[in-house]
Amino acid sequence: MTTAPLVRRESASAFKLVSTLGLTALLSGIAIASVYEVTRATIAEHRARTLRESVFDVLPGAARMEPLPFAAASGDSAIAGDDVAYAAYDAEDRLVGYALRGEGPGYQDTIELLAGYDPAGARLTGMRVLDSRETPGLGDKIYKDAGFVGAFRDLDVEGGIQLTKGGAEASNEVDAITGATISSRAVVGILNRSLARWRPLLDAREATP
Amino acid sequence: MIPSQAPIPLSEEFAKGLWRENPVFVQVLGMCPMLAVTNSAVNALTMGAATAFVLVASSLIVSLLRGRIPKQVRISTYIVIIATFVTVADFTILALAPVVHKALGAFIPLIVVNCLILGRQEAFASRNTTRRALADAGGMAAGFAFALLCLGSLREILGSGSLFGYPLFGPSFEPWIIMLLPPGGFLMLGVILLFFNAMAVRRHKRREPSRKAAA
Repeated sequence: MTTAPLVRRESASAFKLVSTLGLTALLSGIAIASVYEVTRATIAEHRARTLRESVFDVLPGAARMEPLPFAAASGDSAIAGDDVAYAAYDAEDRLVGYALRGEGPGYQDTIELLAGYDPAGARLTGMRVLDSRETPGLGDKIYKDAGFVGAFRDLDVEGGIQLTKGGAEASNEVDAITGATISSRAVVGILNRSLARWRPLLDAREATP
Repeated sequence: MIPSQAPIPLSEEFAKGLWRENPVFVQVLGMCPMLAVTNSAVNALTMGAATAFVLVASSLIVSLLRGRIPKQVRISTYIVIIATFVTVADFTILALAPVVHKALGAFIPLIVVNCLILGRQEAFASRNTTRRALADAGGMAAGFAFALLCLGSLREILGSGSLFGYPLFGPSFEPWIIMLLPPGGFLMLGVILLFFNAMAVRRHKRREPSRKAAA
């Protein structure tokens, strides 16, 4: 009588154990590599499109963009980082402004955002949150609340952006979101840091065309 | 040989996962994704679909390899198989629905450690024919997705006043933000489990008198 299919051998040789695992891992690797190859182009395309949409969103009127690495723009390798801004041009190839990427700690996790900066007017043209995990219903208003997001359109940045609790009057003031003060403060902080880093460089570029 | 048993029809093998042995409501498995990603119906549905793909595909492979995998390395082999399908699902969702992928975040890779999947491999797929394993995995996956969708829809309706992103109520509706936060997941799951247990108790009671009458 042959053994029932359910009963497995109690002991298998070490070679069998190793070869089973090795073969499984090999096949698994091949499968993952092929899927990666197939999906890579689509994923990269999505990323590029999201970035382009965000840049055009924070810089109204932009029709074309090109990356501007900090290191190349500053010409000073001592303070160079690997961060990149995007210079955006309109249909007649005039400079609209620069899209600056910034990130910093929010209420729950890192907030990553993109800001449109117009060096000619020393003002922000828009702000867009790229990635965040703020509290749903409260902190996520930093990108869902049209009033808050809209406050960064045409915002004076001379002297830094100031956060106020209701009743923003000066041209560089933004009202904090009720119930999401920490998230609002984080956004303004990220913008101010990002501007402090890039503005001297971009304003200098503006002065010497 | 195995003691002879009346063969369970395939349809029954599938249906048990939906209700009688529902992985969430009855077995209370897979609680981590259940609570973490059910703050909207879309997230819940995507998570359900991804888990279903991994569960069915892994069960297929494991049942095909039945009897060939040495006992000592079976768990590690199952995990490698499951992890492969999870990675495939991860790349696919990233390519097809990047927005949902962003919302689900770390929870797609974490499907690997969903005890529901490993549990079905060890308890069922590795001991049954491929057809049975597929029926079982399909039923369990459908039951899991159904449970996720229940919780996700209820939490989205109460927490955002919408379903699949479409607003249901007028602007006067004040959303219950707590339903979107982690405690809301626990509260809603508790309410649903209460409902299922109450149903089971009632069914049990209804059966009792008829049994007494027969005696």
